[in-house]
Amino acid sequence: MSENQNSENAKGFSRREALRRGVHGTMGLMLADRLVGDSPAIAAAEPEKTSATVKAKSVIQVFLWGGMSHIDTWDPKPEAGREYMGDLAKAIPTNADGIQLGELFPQLAKQADKFSLIRGMTHRNNGHETAAYLMQTGHAPGERLAYPSVGAVFSLFKSPRYKGLIPPYVVLTRAQGRFSEEGFLGPKYKPFATGGDPNAFRFEVEGIVARGIPDNRQKERRELLGKLNTMGNLMAASPQLATAEEAKNAAYELILGSGKEVFDLSKEKAELRDRYGRHNFGQDCLAARRLVEIGVPYVVINYPGGWDTHSNHFATMRRQCPQLDQGLAALLSDLHDRGLLESTLVWCCGEFGRGPKVDWQPPWNGGRNHYGNVFSVLVAGGGFKGGHVVGSSDAKAEEVKERPVYPVDLLGSIYRLAGIDANARLPHPLGIEARVLPSAAENVKSAGLLTEIM
Amino acid sequence: MKKTFLLMVAGILALGGGVARPATDANIYESPIRPASAKPLDKIVLAKLKSLGIEPVLCSDAVFVRRVYLDVIGTLPTAKEAGDFIRDPDAENKRQALIDRLLERDEFADYWAMKWGDILRIKAEFPVNLWPNAAQAYHRWVRASIAENKPYDKFVREMLTSSGSNFRVGPVNFYRALQNKTPEGTAAAVALTFMGSRAENWPKDRLAGMTVFFSQIGYKPTREWKEEHVFWDPFKADGVNDKNATGAAAPLLAVFPDGTKIDLPPNRDPREVFADWLIERKNPWFARCIANRVWAWLLGRGIVHEPDDIRADNPPSNPELLSYLEKELIASRYDLKHLYRLILNSDAYQYSSVPKPDAKEAEANFGSYAMRRLDAEVLIDAINKISGTTDLYTSPIPEPFTYIPADKPAISIADGSITSPFLTLFGRSARATGMENERDNKPVAAQWLHLLNSSHIQRKIDQGPGLKAIFESGRKPEAIVEDLYLTILSRPPTADEMECVLAYCRFPKPKEPGAGNKTGPTNKPGAGNKPGATNKSAVAAKPVNIPPIRRREAWVDITWALINSTEFLYRH
Repeated sequence: MSENQNSENAKGFSRREALRRGVHGTMGLMLADRLVGDSPAIAAAEPEKTSATVKAKSVIQVFLWGGMSHIDTWDPKPEAGREYMGDLAKAIPTNADGIQLGELFPQLAKQADKFSLIRGMTHRNNGHETAAYLMQTGHAPGERLAYPSVGAVFSLFKSPRYKGLIPPYVVLTRAQGRFSEEGFLGPKYKPFATGGDPNAFRFEVEGIVARGIPDNRQKERRELLGKLNTMGNLMAASPQLATAEEAKNAAYELILGSGKEVFDLSKEKAELRDRYGRHNFGQDCLAARRLVEIGVPYVVINYPGGWDTHSNHFATMRRQCPQLDQGLAALLSDLHDRGLLESTLVWCCGEFGRGPKVDWQPPWNGGRNHYGNVFSVLVAGGGFKGGHVVGSSDAKAEEVKERPVYPVDLLGSIYRLAGIDANARLPHPLGIEARVLPSAAENVKSAGLLTEIM
Repeated sequence: MKKTFLLMVAGILALGGGVARPATDANIYESPIRPASAKPLDKIVLAKLKSLGIEPVLCSDAVFVRRVYLDVIGTLPTAKEAGDFIRDPDAENKRQALIDRLLERDEFADYWAMKWGDILRIKAEFPVNLWPNAAQAYHRWVRASIAENKPYDKFVREMLTSSGSNFRVGPVNFYRALQNKTPEGTAAAVALTFMGSRAENWPKDRLAGMTVFFSQIGYKPTREWKEEHVFWDPFKADGVNDKNATGAAAPLLAVFPDGTKIDLPPNRDPREVFADWLIERKNPWFARCIANRVWAWLLGRGIVHEPDDIRADNPPSNPELLSYLEKELIASRYDLKHLYRLILNSDAYQYSSVPKPDAKEAEANFGSYAMRRLDAEVLIDAINKISGTTDLYTSPIPEPFTYIPADKPAISIADGSITSPFLTLFGRSARATGMENERDNKPVAAQWLHLLNSSHIQRKIDQGPGLKAIFESGRKPEAIVEDLYLTILSRPPTADEMECVLAYCRFPKPKEPGAGNKTGPTNKPGAGNKPGATNKSAVAAKPVNIPPIRRREAWVDITWALINSTEFLYRH
């Protein structure tokens, strides 16, 4: 199921066109600032801008691999009828005026003042990899370069100031693996995938917390390795081996140091753990909070379970949405209670939505297909206002009705709030010119940053 | 009998083969025999080294056996293979004989198909999107070509000129395995792959002239899902050099990268015209590119470095050497195994990797063998072979082709989309661009976390049946240590290492046969270290009463340490 349907949207504007026509007023101008003021030869990987302008110090991205249906969740259309709504026809009110959610999100409904919904998200790409690439890089798939994902870009730009022991880009718990998340930046910028299960008695973080090897045995082993490393000792002067040795020492700081305590969820109160939900996703959210609390710049939760519901759709939604609802709502309220929401940007979406019209026919028997024409994204904190809806879909959630939001607009806003210059050059190993987001010359569709909620 | 390995090494240490050298650790890695080859290749390399004042040293047999297995078949020698080779007294011929044997092994085709898979971008999914069926067909063709030692010019010509179904005619996938399938993108890929030259560094009109040869490649779907025919489509003449051209009749003016202009005959597939120019023996890029690549693959560094960046302002470090290899390859009618044999049998390939004071100069001029971390696939295969375990390789897109037998080694995986977290973490090529440097063997902390402390590796050491058989063999500890060293490092332990290991297990120290003579464990009659012998004086001072669990843990820790040693992780 990886066919690429790169059909173009007649309604979409090219970025350049948007600028020329000034269709989005001030937003267009702000984009113009960034794009036309093409400051040449920005030093690669310059550190983030002065911290005064940086609202989002950390980011938690909840990625709903497979593509979560928008019409059943955050863009309900109760009037559209069973043909569209299927078994989940009800919308519920929230604590924010005029915002309704699908019936499976009662907990998030109580936190709607803390997040905003983008209901006009669009890229019209229906292939998993290509759409995921678009959503995580902002670049059109199929170019010669494999761009790094947003997490790797954070890792690059935040590393100079981030001094923590935990790697700057952490994935809970399994790496996405369907495309190269670090792109041409190389394996140093690969996310650190924890493995293990945070809902287990002990969260065994792969490589850091090993089963059955207490610290004293770790130390004995390390000493033994030092003695038995005959060739390594003989060639210690080699610069190449010195680099490897440095990396090894960094690893040992995690294995033997106190840094690993961040993964010890037993340090949290039982009631709080219950609030997040005693399931894999709930405890992922709790672990993510602990990670941003100690300053980790970018944390991804790859939703443990897929949303690629071609068939068995409604049963999957009934099973997974309550966990998503519980974990995400607890995360937002907990971040808020601790005063962390202002400096922590949370965003949640899949690579696309799902066909709003239910596939009742065999073999799907009530499933939904890939759908990139319009879908929804939840954003919160880190400089994003809560309680708003940006854009809308039409009556049947099939097309953007108002205010399209393209991948570069969403990612550009995230970068802006994090103080990362979206026009900065990325260090390509061959010196090929590559920037964080596509430049104006690349003619990528844009409708402006999310200034409505920034 | 096993002890003879140790004695042999110790003997070399002591006698130094007539060359008085102190008994340092380097001696287990280096041969006492001075390089004195009269082969033309060695003369060329040595002349350059002499001018730089570098005196190379040959590697020891133990280093050689491991090196040549890893370089030629991407596979670790078994303890028996390593031991047999080290023990073989025929010093004159045994290296050559081993090279010949390895070139005929099945793993030779597996390993080199893997290398070519990187260059030719054999990958079902993102970003080249060959599709599983086609990736398998492409790989099958590449592997078969290597196995039959197809002449290299023929191999390339088939890729450049084939037509037909991507599922049935493997080589047509060369054109499909491109992110940028425009004529320009295709020309750039051909330049990179077969000329070792990066078109982005070319003057613009050179690429434009070459693009014309690839402007008539047609791709059309069939009724079978994702099947596609690649063919010559003369009607596709899109007027690259004549905007008003109508249909196929218009003659196309193309320019070869050397500047020669040609009016393409309307009755001939332009791809053939280009291929014939490319593989002609006087072509300045073709033989040079592959000779340099093979050298770089075996020695860790191109004579032109990087091997896919041949250009005027990146000259070869030893032009004579490169031109000698080119001539040899052409004279052998593009017999790649001839080239392998030539290089592998040279002293230059067999130099020691132990750095000398002028290490950098020496490495750039091939005065020492370049240390390189094992490729991801080779590394996990080696660990699996030692432990008797397997890994699971899958593709995110569930297709029948993605489920591969459990015991299939990683080097034989056809499709770059079929992978494991280990392969990704250790820098396996993403097969997106066909550049050599897409494979990334630079060490990062996350790799160390995995090797030192992951459940994945720990489980293999703890529970792997291959190691269990060694740990629980009931033999004397010295025999177990020797077996572990031969299995993991392909050599017997030194006396110091033996002592260190036994101390860690808290086994009594082996009795020292004579003062100051470090020969390690010995089978000298009457030395009294037979199991159960009463050697009160030297070793049995403390009764050894270690719980079996702790003893097993000690073996696990020792194995763990050897697997995490530089000597295991690197080609050296």
